[in-house]
Formats: sequence, structure tokens, C-alpha cells
Amino acid sequence: MGRYVLRRLLQLIPVFFGTTLLIYALVWAVPGDPFAGKCGERACPPDYIQFMTEKYHLDDPWPLQYLYYMGHLLTGDFGQTFGGRDIGEIIAQAYPNTLKLALVGLAIEAVIGLTAGILTGLRRNGFLDNLVLVSTLFLLAIPTFVSGFLLQFILGTQFKIINPTVSSEVPFHELIVPGFVLASISMAYVARLTRTSIAENSRSDYVRTAVAKGLPQRRVVGVHLFRNSLIPVLTFLGTDLGSLMGGAIITEGIFNINGIGREAYRAITTKESATVVGIVVVLVLVYLLMNLLVDLLYAALDPRIRYE
Amino acid sequence: MSNVYVADQPSAAREGRPSGRLLEVEDLRVEFRTRDGVAKVINGVNYHVDAGETLAVLGESGSGKSVTAQTIMGILDTPPGFVTGGEIRFHGKDMLKMSAEERRRIRGEGIAMVFQDALSALNPVFTVGFQIAEQFRVRRGMSRRDAKIRAAEMLDQVKIPNAKQRVNEYPHQFSGGMRQRVMIAMSLALDPEVLIADEPTTALDVTVQAQIMDLLGELQRERQMGLILITHDLGVVADVADRIAVMYAGRIVEEANVYELYAKPAHPYTIGLLESIPRIDEKGQQLRTIRGLPPSLLKIPSGCPFHPRCPMAQPVCPEKLPPLLQLGPTRASACHFAEELVNRD
Amino acid sequence: MSDPTSGSLVTTPPPEQPGVVGDTAPVGAGLPETKRDQPRGLLGDAWYDLRRKPLFWISAGLIALFVVMAAFPFFFTSGSPNDPVGTGLSRSLEGPSGDAWFGTDILGRDIFARTIYGARASIIVAVAATLGTVLLGASVGVLAGFRGGWVDALLSRIADVFFGIPFVLGAIVILFTFNPEGAGSNEWKIMGLVILALCLLSWPVAMRIMRSSILAAKNADYVVAARALGASNSRIIFKHLIPNCLAPVLVYATILIGAYIGAEATLSFLGVGLQSPVVSWGVMISDSQQYIRVAPYWLLFPSAFLVTAVLSFVMLGEAVREALDPKLR
Repeated sequence: MGRYVLRRLLQLIPVFFGTTLLIYALVWAVPGDPFAGKCGERACPPDYIQFMTEKYHLDDPWPLQYLYYMGHLLTGDFGQTFGGRDIGEIIAQAYPNTLKLALVGLAIEAVIGLTAGILTGLRRNGFLDNLVLVSTLFLLAIPTFVSGFLLQFILGTQFKIINPTVSSEVPFHELIVPGFVLASISMAYVARLTRTSIAENSRSDYVRTAVAKGLPQRRVVGVHLFRNSLIPVLTFLGTDLGSLMGGAIITEGIFNINGIGREAYRAITTKESATVVGIVVVLVLVYLLMNLLVDLLYAALDPRIRYE
Repeated sequence: MSNVYVADQPSAAREGRPSGRLLEVEDLRVEFRTRDGVAKVINGVNYHVDAGETLAVLGESGSGKSVTAQTIMGILDTPPGFVTGGEIRFHGKDMLKMSAEERRRIRGEGIAMVFQDALSALNPVFTVGFQIAEQFRVRRGMSRRDAKIRAAEMLDQVKIPNAKQRVNEYPHQFSGGMRQRVMIAMSLALDPEVLIADEPTTALDVTVQAQIMDLLGELQRERQMGLILITHDLGVVADVADRIAVMYAGRIVEEANVYELYAKPAHPYTIGLLESIPRIDEKGQQLRTIRGLPPSLLKIPSGCPFHPRCPMAQPVCPEKLPPLLQLGPTRASACHFAEELVNRD
Repeated sequence: MSDPTSGSLVTTPPPEQPGVVGDTAPVGAGLPETKRDQPRGLLGDAWYDLRRKPLFWISAGLIALFVVMAAFPFFFTSGSPNDPVGTGLSRSLEGPSGDAWFGTDILGRDIFARTIYGARASIIVAVAATLGTVLLGASVGVLAGFRGGWVDALLSRIADVFFGIPFVLGAIVILFTFNPEGAGSNEWKIMGLVILALCLLSWPVAMRIMRSSILAAKNADYVVAARALGASNSRIIFKHLIPNCLAPVLVYATILIGAYIGAEATLSFLGVGLQSPVVSWGVMISDSQQYIRVAPYWLLFPSAFLVTAVLSFVMLGEAVREALDPKLR
């Protein structure tokens, strides 16, 4: 087990640096003047250019720049925006909101997806099964921005059941509809994954053995079938938390949630390169750590992995 | 000649007399409804097993031997499998008419089963101790601790070394032979009266096969169980079986005690099976096989289903289905020419 | 299931069984009774299965319709996507009517005509991006799976790097970097960039799918046998591995086309993908945002087309997957 953790951890390090390097290169090191258009419509003030050149070592080749940047990062310094705001502060302010949104989405996805998947996996080809199959197909087919828009328009503007936009304190109950929108595609996926997994495992030899042992149906399903079937679902849910945060940009835009995705979008459109890199670094880090956690969870749940 | 009568006659049990048999399968019929059509997998199987007796069920893959066992255990996949007729009597009571709960109580305690591939038949995410112990917990109401101790004892009984430690290991940590021992320990946990072993050694090395067969034979004698040994391997059954039932295309084609069957098989299919065993005294000669392929169960040949492959086939064979004729107190054959075969030199 | 071809797409005829018992020639013994009883092989089996699925026919029909719509939009509408229906802005934001079935937008353009013409950009982008993604991902996957060792480790880590970038964010960054706002709106260049961004961010999935199929197939008996017979690496890869490992990637590709139609619309909606004068469903939905209260039909119709198109590909992928995966039967 210890060696397994270590190996996964070692694999994670090059991926973290690779991803951040890629984003860094995209944002800063494209051929041409790094300040062209980076300060809005006007040309950048000379003292700013000087400050940024020093701060990000823009006179050095960009791989070196990247190393300097990562060095600052390790001391917790994300750098400053054009306006002089601390980027670390921006992230610290926006991040909890995104986390809240992603957690609400994850909870909705887990509850609805698992319930639908388990019910249909156990009773295939019934009315409910077909209903769930059709509705998951629809959920998979509706892009987030369309479902977000429609729900905002119908529930918020037409029927006034919810606030069309989330207030600045971001209370949990206002995040239910945005969370549903954010997680809708994953929810359909969870339902299908659970259904397939249960359907496949219910025909497996060991479930048959459990029946042949004379165990009650409850126990066959509740212990032998579920334990095996839910392993892939749990690991998907784990990795999805990271993806939900990375993908929250559209939902946050539609419902006006002051989260990290909206900050990233604002930063991209206002060419605040350092902010973009900072946010992506945080998102990638969280994503990779979630993946590591899921791998460990997987190893804990499935003994076959541990002894590889 | 005079001792020939048709075995398909109404049996004693149907006339209300308890047969006293432990487990009895009568005229069992099972079909698989697939998208390609209805496959008649079992077409009237009759066999029985008594306490302390070993019945070997022999046949090629697709002959219906495993499906019969699954139907007895009540683990037939439905759909596609459906029982369309017959009875399975345990202590004289038809299990097919029992409630699901009654049948469940028989599983494990009355009839237990050893599966072919222990690796897939054991749950990969639980320790073997858990999987054995849960029977004691659920069926005997034992505490977790006591059940674990009993599980270790069961592993010890099937001669797994270091049972106390290995009880906490997972199935994939055992070797093939050891895994099959675990499987056997699990099936014997609740002291079943009948044990069905479905090709218990097929997935194992030859040397390990013999060990497992010896173990099964030993445990069967100790516990005076009825043992139904399902196999396609004639070599495996010779030492352990008391009686042999040969299956072909969902029917019993020959039944005999083991000596009679080896000495003088009374069905061309059995003859073919025996002849296809490689023999040391025929070294250098071409190995004899049975020509052709087992029939498609979607389209079983008319008359005697074996006729397309039978070297003795006569015009009557595709016309008429031969009934299972009782040829003696312990033997029967479903061939139009069974008597001639028995009486040949 | 020890038959190595049982999981493959390649049909192998059943071996002839030698009949040796007895001297008499077998009368019709062992011969297949009719053609129908012969094993069909996985592809034949899948097709047999597909043909009886209404899901398959519905999705295939819809896809065919969208493809025709993209190729020959003028078959469906005599209207023009860019010219207003009336004179000037006289018929701005009108509801659905006899000559403008889906109504008109703020510039008085026929929404029905624009929706029909919008299919083209969406489908071109989705199909091209899918082709690129699958070609790139599958080639890298074959290489990684077949070579193994450090090549595999390196390629897998590179795939992880691209996979680690959040999709939407990554696409926005790529599109913004290479196509800064106001840098001219050559529609082919933007389309190419969108396609490139989609490929770059999604190829790791195709790579992983291909890699794991190759890894599984590499040690299969028929590949070992081919190698023992002296087949070259390229022959093993192209004759044995790729045909046998294609199915999962094909299923992924089908669903991916649908996903990419949605992704293209998302990026256009965010203002970083296609832009006017290119007509696409995403562009239309994006344009309709501010007028949702006064002209909900402007949002509704392109959205409905978009969702139907995505749904068709997802359904087709679903049907194909079910047909190819015997476990699900």
C-alpha cells in the first residue's frame, strides 16, 4: 500500500508541472510582445512593464521564467494583477464559492444519479428503466449553457420560484438550481454508470455464488452486489469534484456567482495573464489531488489493486 | 430381453409413494429464449442421488449438465432460461413448487454447490474468511468472532495450511488449487446433504486436479453426502463415482454404474467418449474422436439427436427418438440398438 | 471464453472438425445445416442487433437529416441566413409567422433560415474535431500500448498533462491566445482554431481507450501466434491489433461528435468560438441572450436543433455500444 501511494504521488509531480508549464507557455510565451494588448486598449505604462519584467523575469527564456514563477508560487506568492491586486487574495475570495457550488452539484449528482442507477440496474427493462434511459439521454445532450439558460428563464424569470441570479453571500439554497445545471451531465453519467455496473455485476459468478450460499436477497444485493458495483461510481464521483470546479465557468457566468470560473473568464478577457495562470494552477492542483485521493480510495475498496 | 421396460413410465413418486430418494430430478425441461430462437437446453432429464453416493454427470459442453445443476440450485438466469416442465424433489418434495424462501433455506444447508472457476465465483473484494463466515452469521446467527473461528476451521478441514492467517486473505492471493479448496470449504460450511460440484477441477493443473478430487471424495465419505460430480472428463470420474449418467443434447443417453459403463458401454456416444481417451497401448495410432460437432440446441436433429454423428446410424434413427430403456437394475440406455450393444462380445 | 477471437471484430470461420470414428462416410454430419446457423462474428452480430433497434434508426435518420441540412441548406429554406426578411429592420423581433416560421431576430433575419444554415458550421467543426481527436489519440494510444516501457510512461504522462487542463478554461485560453479579440474574423481560421482547441484538450481520452484495448489485445494468443510466425511489428499492428481494438474508439467517436456540437456552441456562446458573420447554433443562442424576455423563440429554436443534433449522436453511440458490447445484452 505504501509503495502504491508513493508511486501515484511520483506520477503526479511531472503532470502538475507539465500542465502548469503548458498553460504558462500559452498565456505568456507566445511569440511577440508579452505586453501587446495585455493592458486593455492602451499601451502598458513603462514602469508597469519594468515591474512585470522584473517580477516575471521576462528577459530570460520562458522555461526559466516559468521556474521563477513556480518558485514564487511555492512561497505562496501568486503575483499581482495589472491593477495591483494580490492574485492570491482574488483566488481566496472566489474559491470558496466555486467549492460550494461544486459540492452542491456533487451532492445532487450523487443522490439522484445513484438512486436512478440502482433502481434501474436492479429492475431492468421496466417502465422506470426506460424513463431513466430517455431522461439521461436528454441530460447528456443538453449543453450546460442551454440548460442553465432555460432553467434560469423558466424558474427565475417566468415563474419566479428562484432568484435568477445568486446573491453575493452565495447561500446554499440558492445554489440548488445552479448546482443541478452544473452537474446535470455528470448526473446522467452517474445514473448510467451505476446501472451498467449493477447490471453487469448482478450476472457475475460471485453474485450467483452468494445466491447459492442461501443468503437472503437483501444481503446478496446489499453486500455482495453493491460493494462491487459502487466502486467505479465512487471513483467517478471523486474525480468529478475536480472537473466540476474546472467546468463551473459557464454556470457561474449564467447565475452570476462570484466564483473562480468567472474570475478566470474576466482575467482572460482583460488579459490578466498572471491571474489566469494562478487560477489554472489552483484548479489543476485540486484536480490532481482529487485524483490521487480517488486512487487511494480505489485501493482501499478493491484489494486487488493494493497487491499489484 | 424380458427385463426391458420403458423408464419413462410414471414413477413411484408420482403415484404417491415416497421414493425415499434424497434428491431426484424427473423429466426436467429447460429452454433458453434467445433472440435467435428457443434453445431447448434440457429435454427431460432424469437422475437421482442418495446419501453417501456419488453420481457423475458426464457430457460435452452444451449437453445441459451444468444447466441441470443450476436449475437444481435455483440459480438459473431467468431470462433467458425458463423451466418448462418436470420436478426436482428434495426429500420427496418438489422444489420447483416451493416458495422462494423455502428454496433459499435449502441452498447451502440442503444442497450446496462448488463452481468451476473459483476465482470468479469468489467475491474479489471480501476476504475468504468473511465469505465463509457470513454463512455462519446469517444462517446460524453466530457472532462475528465465532463465525471467523469456524471459517478458519473450515479452511483447516480442506487442508489449507496456515488456515488461521489465510482466513484474512483475499481470493486473488490464493493459488488455483487453494482457491478451489476455499470454494469447497465455503460450500461445506453449512453441512449440506447434497453437494453439486460443477467441473471442480477443469481449471486446474493435472496434479492439483487429483488432489482436489481426492479431497472431495474424502469429505463426501466422511459426511455421507450425496455428491453430484459434473464433468466432461472420463478420467476424473473413474475413481470417485459410483454411478455415471452420460448426457447428450439435454438428455440422459446412458446411465450405469461405473464398472458396467467402462466394461461395456451401451450407447454409441459413450463408446465414442471412451475410445477418444488416449491409451498407452495404442501408442502411434491415430487418436479416435467422435466425428462432427455437438448439435445446435436451437435445432436439435430429429429422432435420436446423436444420429448425425453416430457410426451405427440406421434409417430408424432420424425417425424415432429412442426412450431411455432400462437394461438392468442399475443401467439404462437411450439407443435403438442398446440391447445389441450390451449383448455384443 | 478462451477463444481469442471472441472479443474481436474479426470473424474467423469455425475450424473443420475431423471425423474419424468409423469407416463409413458421414452423411451430412458436421455440416452446417443452413447458412443462418453460422456464427456471425462480432461486427455481423452488432449489425444484426442494430437493425432491430428503433433507437438506431431514429438517430441515424436524424443524423442523415442534419448532414443533408449542412450540405444543402437551400433544400430546406428559400430564406437567406444573413439578409433581413423585410426591408431593413422593419420586421425586427417578430414572432413565428407564415413566411418566417421561427420568427425573426433583432436584425429582422429569418430565424428558421439561420437555424438551417447553422447546421453546417456546427457539423463541420464537430466532425473535423472528432476525426482529429481520434486520429491523434488513437495513434498515440497504439504507440504507447504497443511499445510499452518508457515510451508508454512518457506518452501517458503527456496525456495526463493535457487531460489535467479544465476543458472550457483551456479552450478559452487557447482561443484567446491564438485569436485575440479584434484580430480579424476569418471564419475558416476561427473554425480551424476551434477544431484545434477541441482536439488538443480531448485526445487523451481517445488515447487511453486505445491504449488499454491494445494492452489487452497485445498479449492475446492470436497476436502471440502471429509474432511466433514471424509477422513484423507493422503487420501485427495494422492487421491484428488495430482491427481488434477499434470498436471502443469508434463508439467514443460517435458520442464525441455529439459532445463537440455542444462544445462548439458553448465556446461560441462564450464569445471565443465562432463569431458573426458565421452562422452557428451557438452564435445564435449567444446573440439571443439579451432578448430572452421579448423573443424567447429566438433562443428556443436553435437550442432545440442543437439538443436534437447532440441527442442523435449520443443515441447512435449508445445503440452502437450496446450492439458491440455483448455483456450488456
